[in-house]
Amino acid sequence: MATELKMPALSPTMEEGTLAKWLVKAGDTVRSGDILAEIETDKATMEFEAVDEGTVGEILIAEGTDNVKVGTVIATIVSEGESAAPKAAPAPTPKVVAQPAPVAAPQAAAPVLAPASTSDLSGETQRLTVREALRDAMAEEMRADPRVFVMGEEVAEYQGAYKVTQGLLDEFGAKRVIDTPITEYGFAGIGTGAAMGGLRPIVEFMTFNFAMQAIDHIINSAAKTNYMSGGQMRCPIVFRGPNGAASRVGAQHSQNYAPWYASVPGLVVIAPYDAADAKGLLKAAIRSQDPVVFLENELVYGRSFDVPVGEHIVPIGKARTMRPGKDVTIVSYSIGVGLALEAAEALAGEGIDAEVIDLRTLRPLDKGAVLESLSRTNRLVIVEEGWPSCSIASEIMAIAMEDGFDYLDAPVARVTNVDVPLPYANNLEKLALVTTASVIEAVRKACYRA
Amino acid sequence: MLLIGVVPILPRIEEGFHLAKAATKKAPTEQLAKPAEPKRHSANRDELLKIYREMLLIRRFEEKAGQLYGLGLIGGFCHLYIGQEAVAAGIQTALTDKDSVITGYRDHGHMLLCGIDPKVVMAELTGREAGISRGKGGSMHMFSVDHKFYGGHGIVGAQVPLGAGLAFAHKYNEDGGICVAYFGDGAANQGQVYEAFNMAALWKLPIIFVVENNRYAMGTAVDRSSAETHFWRRGEAFRIPGMVCNGMDVLEVRGAAQAAIDFVRAGNGPVVFEAQTYRYRGHSMSDPAKYRSREEVQQVREKSDPIEGLKHDLETAGITEEELKAIDKEIRSIVNEAADFAETSPEPDPSELYTDVLVERY
Repeated sequence: MATELKMPALSPTMEEGTLAKWLVKAGDTVRSGDILAEIETDKATMEFEAVDEGTVGEILIAEGTDNVKVGTVIATIVSEGESAAPKAAPAPTPKVVAQPAPVAAPQAAAPVLAPASTSDLSGETQRLTVREALRDAMAEEMRADPRVFVMGEEVAEYQGAYKVTQGLLDEFGAKRVIDTPITEYGFAGIGTGAAMGGLRPIVEFMTFNFAMQAIDHIINSAAKTNYMSGGQMRCPIVFRGPNGAASRVGAQHSQNYAPWYASVPGLVVIAPYDAADAKGLLKAAIRSQDPVVFLENELVYGRSFDVPVGEHIVPIGKARTMRPGKDVTIVSYSIGVGLALEAAEALAGEGIDAEVIDLRTLRPLDKGAVLESLSRTNRLVIVEEGWPSCSIASEIMAIAMEDGFDYLDAPVARVTNVDVPLPYANNLEKLALVTTASVIEAVRKACYRA
Repeated sequence: MLLIGVVPILPRIEEGFHLAKAATKKAPTEQLAKPAEPKRHSANRDELLKIYREMLLIRRFEEKAGQLYGLGLIGGFCHLYIGQEAVAAGIQTALTDKDSVITGYRDHGHMLLCGIDPKVVMAELTGREAGISRGKGGSMHMFSVDHKFYGGHGIVGAQVPLGAGLAFAHKYNEDGGICVAYFGDGAANQGQVYEAFNMAALWKLPIIFVVENNRYAMGTAVDRSSAETHFWRRGEAFRIPGMVCNGMDVLEVRGAAQAAIDFVRAGNGPVVFEAQTYRYRGHSMSDPAKYRSREEVQQVREKSDPIEGLKHDLETAGITEEELKAIDKEIRSIVNEAADFAETSPEPDPSELYTDVLVERY
């Protein structure tokens, strides 16, 4: 049977085009790959090639014809040993594109209100800095799983630019504690590829400011792979390092990337505050089969907290009540939790009983815990060491609007850094960053005590 | 610091070391270890038939994909491998099942050579549930961990450090495997490629960096986009030996690949491997074909086609026209079957929209 050649689409949106020119005529022998015709649209010209071998049977649409619908039979090709008898061209069958019915997202129903968890420090504890807790988490997981390794700038011989990896080289050797050149894009890609190849990399960025060089691998290579592969190619990797403002290092070294990463489906984003969470969540991150962005804070590294002795793992995706209260909910994460706790302490003296919730994980976000607290306090203030626009704070406000509107007795307030690049001068830097005083003021206002 | 003539590697500073003296002292020219002189592969009858079959499968598969695209059954971007078949076929027929492969978005051919069923590849192109990525990846994003094919990456050059990471895993696990990372002459100008070169050389990772030089970075000719068009030299600054071969002659590619594979597998670190080839079709399906002449394409097709070029070797090996016709027929039926499957398979269930975002539930 003769093969029908149909008007091709140059792009998925093309519906019709001009058959500009025929380069063959009836009776010509064509081979696969020979150019048969030129097709034009307003956007482009494309050469139309033969796919099969044979003889041109009949040209059904003359050259120069405009508005030829995609799918119209324009010529026939006769294979070896077949007759080239003309055949009436059937009308093109219109393509019916069915619009799929919208599907409800698995979590589209109103979130289930569930109180945030509280840390159980009733057992034996030890006093550890956040820095030590992070190191212990890595060391314990490296002892337990030979696939786990650490790579990054100055993680080995220098003992960590911020000493987080101190001692790991001595215990695990150069095979598993790897100094990289200062090439974030490259080593983030190598780490991601190693995860695809079955290892469990921990990639340390000296700070997350430098991860912008590598963000393509974090987002395009690590976060999207499981989805794009239909669930068959995993990328179990932890990208970790200090995030947010440090001290007097200026705009290029002082930025909170939490909202950037938390906006990306396919990533888990964690930003712990204290040492117990730093340890328990980093261990959970290393064990996770998903790519995790783990945001630490340089200013918190040296602070000491109680950490349970022995195996301590904190579930990902569960917020924590740092301080119960009944008058107002203060939601924060990372270094902001410290400010929120200080503010709550001061506010208690004024008769305002504030509940402080530490989000701990920013994606997936524990909406239920935020809303449960709001349902009891009816007032909400979000504290974030970062810019106000398109922030975690704005996200929590949207959640309060969508799912917590009926609980609200006052407008939700956000207390953030000022919307400018972080300045260097001591006084200006102080003015730009979120402070306990600004939290106290915002809470008073939310409680109509200002 | 005064650096004259051949520059030594700066030694680590030890006792008695004097920096100024060390810098001016001439060091003997260091000979880089390099792969053995490659020979055109002398294939036996079975190998020849296998290679012919593999190349023809890619050619017919891609022609069919182009056809389905024209019919609106394949959407978005679709980059065909027609003309370049000898590169992947020459290299991948020399690999073992321990080795991993990664490439960019012109990936259909490499996948077929990894032994992945043409049906599930074609069904991915048409965006169907039965596609290898369940219809969620498309032409540029396909993977098969089972076949050690790690994509299928849409960002130009990203596969190069990812490939170095796969090689890192081979070395870490001491599994004896190597990685082949393919990229084009366009990707060869991306900065991350050189970051990967540096670390691969530094850590002696078992990887072959294959530059498929098809002469055009999208529509920009190599000499209009690359200051150094000898891509095999691009690793020299990192002490990576380079090789170049005629990428239109599958047996030459195979012979060169074997030398590169032996070198890399022996623990010598990476090789930069340039295969000079040509793509007959546009960069993607929507290509205006204005940046090169029709005569240029026609000339390569007529004089250098990798499949036609193998016919002389097939003939010499006593393989008859009838045998080849039988293979043609078989390949056509495989490809037609794949196309039918891809056209008739259902689209993904709407609930698939929300699956596979994360592996675990939190």
